[in-house]
Amino acid sequence: MEIAQDILNILLSAAFWTAVLRIATPYVLGTLGELVCERAGVLNLGIEGIMTLGAMAGWMAVYQGADLWTGVLVAAGCGALMGLLHATLTVPLGLSQHVTGIGITLLGTSLSYYVYRLVLPQASTPPTITPFQPLDLPGALAQTPLTYLAVLLAGVVAYVLYRTPVGLAVRMVGENPAAAEAQGLSVTGVRIGAVMAGSALMALAGAFLTLSAFNAFFFNMVNGRGWICIALVVFASWRPGKALLGALLFAAFDAFQLRLQQIAGGVLPYQVFLMLPYLLSILALVLVARRASYPRALMIPYRKGER
Amino acid sequence: MRLEPRAHAPLAIRLLAPVGAVVAALALCALLVAWTGAPVLRAYGLLVEGAVGSRFALTETLTRATPLILTGLAAAVAFRAKLWNIGAEGQLYMGALAAVVLGGELLNLPAWAVLPLALIGGALAGGVTLLGPAVLKVRFGVDEVVTTLLLNFVVLLLVSMLLEGALKDPMGMGWPQSAPVVEAAELPKLIERTRLHVGLLLALGLAVILWLIDTRTIWGYENRAVGANPRAAAFAGMPVTRVMLRTALLSGGLAGLAGAAEVCGLKGYLTLDLSPGFGYSGIVVAMLAQLHPLGVVGAAVFIAGIFVGADAMSRAMPVPNYIADVLVATSLLCMLVAGLLARYRLRRS
Amino acid sequence: MPSPPVVLRLSGITKRFGPLVANDAISLTLHEGEVLALLGENGAGKTTLMNILFGHYVADEGSIEAFGRPLPPGSPKAALAAGIGMVHQHFTLADNLSVLDNIAVGTEPLWRFWSDRGAARRRLLDLAERFGLGVRPDALVGDLSVGERQRVEILKALYRDARVLILDEPTAVLTPQESAGLFDTLRRLTADGLAVVFISHKMNEVFAASDTVAVLRAGRLVATRRTAETDREELAELMVGRALKPPTPTPMAAGEPVLALAQVTVNSGHGRPLLDAVDLTVRRHQVIGIAGVSGNGQTALADLVSGLIHPDSGTLSLKGETVGYADPAAMVRRGVARIPEDRHAAGLVGAMAVWENLIAERYHDPAFQRFGVIRRGAARAHARAVIEAFDVRCPGPDARTQLLSGGNMQKLILGRTLAHGPDLILASQPTRGLDVGAVSYVHGRLLEARAAGAGVLVISEDLDEILALADAIAVIHHGRLTPALPHDRVSVRQLGLLMAGHWDVLPEILDAA
Repeated sequence: MEIAQDILNILLSAAFWTAVLRIATPYVLGTLGELVCERAGVLNLGIEGIMTLGAMAGWMAVYQGADLWTGVLVAAGCGALMGLLHATLTVPLGLSQHVTGIGITLLGTSLSYYVYRLVLPQASTPPTITPFQPLDLPGALAQTPLTYLAVLLAGVVAYVLYRTPVGLAVRMVGENPAAAEAQGLSVTGVRIGAVMAGSALMALAGAFLTLSAFNAFFFNMVNGRGWICIALVVFASWRPGKALLGALLFAAFDAFQLRLQQIAGGVLPYQVFLMLPYLLSILALVLVARRASYPRALMIPYRKGER
Repeated sequence: MRLEPRAHAPLAIRLLAPVGAVVAALALCALLVAWTGAPVLRAYGLLVEGAVGSRFALTETLTRATPLILTGLAAAVAFRAKLWNIGAEGQLYMGALAAVVLGGELLNLPAWAVLPLALIGGALAGGVTLLGPAVLKVRFGVDEVVTTLLLNFVVLLLVSMLLEGALKDPMGMGWPQSAPVVEAAELPKLIERTRLHVGLLLALGLAVILWLIDTRTIWGYENRAVGANPRAAAFAGMPVTRVMLRTALLSGGLAGLAGAAEVCGLKGYLTLDLSPGFGYSGIVVAMLAQLHPLGVVGAAVFIAGIFVGADAMSRAMPVPNYIADVLVATSLLCMLVAGLLARYRLRRS
Repeated sequence: MPSPPVVLRLSGITKRFGPLVANDAISLTLHEGEVLALLGENGAGKTTLMNILFGHYVADEGSIEAFGRPLPPGSPKAALAAGIGMVHQHFTLADNLSVLDNIAVGTEPLWRFWSDRGAARRRLLDLAERFGLGVRPDALVGDLSVGERQRVEILKALYRDARVLILDEPTAVLTPQESAGLFDTLRRLTADGLAVVFISHKMNEVFAASDTVAVLRAGRLVATRRTAETDREELAELMVGRALKPPTPTPMAAGEPVLALAQVTVNSGHGRPLLDAVDLTVRRHQVIGIAGVSGNGQTALADLVSGLIHPDSGTLSLKGETVGYADPAAMVRRGVARIPEDRHAAGLVGAMAVWENLIAERYHDPAFQRFGVIRRGAARAHARAVIEAFDVRCPGPDARTQLLSGGNMQKLILGRTLAHGPDLILASQPTRGLDVGAVSYVHGRLLEARAAGAGVLVISEDLDEILALADAIAVIHHGRLTPALPHDRVSVRQLGLLMAGHWDVLPEILDAA
């Protein structure tokens, strides 16, 4: 009974819902980014590295004196560049999207660490910046601007995909590139554009970590969030609205387990709780895998006029 | 410009591709080195010297190459069958965990059985870890890339939990590390007063055996057919699911063995920093080797040399040793392009 | 009478793929309101020519002029802008998107903040009305029938104001009656001033629908004729270049049954079953043809007999013995030779050598392995023998399979399965995409096996192929199968009706038989 009461207390506290929105933000942005790439038919396993680079680049820009929004733009720009690299290798060259993505992740991560160490050779305690502050709103609405941006972007991505010509073009190249080409679209162009835009969103997810959630850059700070976003895209059946919902659900679970740790911490080691989000992602994949209606051309390279 | 498949790729081109890729990667990373203000050629010179310049450097490189050969084989075997195992890191830790348990004092096994059991147990633990995602793939159609990646985190947390709990070394001054394995569980050293151990011979032997299986036996024949065209293989009557699961056991087993060999040959106990990303580097090794089991050996020694050499270089110059990771990642991307150029011809249209 | 204005002029188009000359200096003109039939055997270069016209390929030599202006090569966009629309043989539609989405994509400037769906819908419905092409704009393309999809493809072109319409083998997937409907549509279009090019290898369609016919053979334009001024014999000779006597089945008494399906049902997991209480018997010395429009259960039937899927109810027996749970390997052991529908995707492993593909069905055989080690010498020797016996043109047993031509790949599959004296042959679309020589070779081999005592089950969407081979024909529709109707007791018209699902004619045919 006591446990039930504790659980209820958690769910009713404003602090819990504040935490949910905060935890959800990078997942929302990352999932949207991956969704845009995959809707165009390109799996982007570079997400983990792109998030790391976004986190490092955004933070570094601010640390070097830029204002916070410039930091956000720098992160997005770095993400788009990584997206361009991924897209160049996988779209016109048609290389394996799996292996290229892993390469992008290794590159993004190692490059971030290299640059960070180069600029700050012997920082024992990581230097900090002044991050985005929560808006002066009541209860769980007291979030930083980037959280609001993330929710807004979910709407924007949904609108663009379903209500604009360019969104239709993205969906078409992800479903049947040959048909898109027969309608006069440049499959290569649309795919590269989508991967760049999606990668910019991933970098924003990373920048949120260093510019909003924390105030410093740590090694391993992305910690598998990118891979969870990939699972969330499947869970969301490649729909932006469901992606937002999925990220919130996931964050609610994560926030809940963090609090549950404090209650049940004596009984179970904390690692058990930390494992749950990853196991939950795997479970979610198993549940939806059978009826997932993935973009038909996902992971299939398209070469024009191939015989 | 368009790409046209080559009728056959001559051996020279296939050998040249990784060399070209590595040269391109070194050239690209020279920019990063130059950014630090350090003289590029001298930096690379120090790197090479640190990797192969002395007997000690060479044995260090080969020691480092041992787990990389095994994780490289793990990736090569899986990728051949289009099983995208990105979870070698987790499988490695599972193998190490099994080795620490089986080779520890707890079980009190007869001395002659400890080492073989620790190694075989490690391989089994790694194999079973990959079997899960493989079953999910063939049974429910769950993409194994994401599941194997996520399992890496689960395994690390599991190891962390055990190192702070059941397996914690009472003599470890409170550090999260396991008790050391018994002496009978240690792999003998290859050369006295170096860290090089018999694990290297094990890895080399496995590379050769895998190559023979691949080219000479109906097992390898089935693997290649299923990897190249699973639908045609199934139509011809090959047991596609069984091949998939067999490959998963093998691939995970090799990664698990890498972990067990690190514990039994090098560290003697288990910590959370047993592997500096051997599982991920294995992917690069496999790709540089173009998934050829014998090529994996060369590629692993090369990557190991980069890591060992970069450590030496960064001690002498203000170049962070993360340059090694950047070099490895860049080599992978360059290798993908080089592999494409080996298979295709660039034609003006 | 002044001839109508020229809308399209192709001059000296040449296209090479490696050593193969697919198009050799082809020149053609097309006039307003004209239907031009491009006639030729598979591999004659028709599709290549149209793909050059539409910008999918770039010609090595020659130029194209549309409505008096040169057409930039290699750009479907430019072709669309010039008023050329193409309906591909394999439809270029996205199954997961709606009809309207498929039609509207790419018609608006990309960078606009909204999409005028209302206007697009009105325009689509208006066009559909005008040309009698009924469609539902919001239906998912994946839910449409083949005929409806073709209408969407034609509307796609009309929506973009196409004045020239290219149709690549438009009737290949239609019933005879649906084809007649298509030809009606074409007449409405030309009455409106459009010009139409349609590609075909079927003589009767040329006479049913075209004003002019251009005959292609081995990449060259051999003749252009007014349709009204030529006849079948002349066209046939132009097309083939030699008198080719197709192999004809000699009448033969059917023997004991080798394959029997009794009330076999295979469920699809959603909606109607893939196969619905199917009865079928194939006997020795007999060819049974399965006719039908694509997507009516042919694939399930082929997969069933191949051992890839299993009946959910009913029984499958081979040579009088009920087969419990058969996988492909068991089917091979029981003497079933299987020729798959898609030889690239399911028949052969392109990345492996010819000899490796030739042992794919029996690598467990002691002849080819000992203690799990492949006897490479024996396997290569076997490959050399098959290459010789089945006239496979390839450099040798070690050649990579993907470098072979389609015809030679099919010979390889024939060699793999027929070399072992099968009791039953399952041939799924055995000649799809093959040139005339290879077709005749495959047919000859199948008839030879029939003479040697095998039962043959031919599943084909090409009615002509079935008519050429089968002793009896069963029609498949929505997963249901008619009784096998003796070839000489059923007309093409009746088969067409059965293929379209009008099974009310069945009693009339059975009574006559």
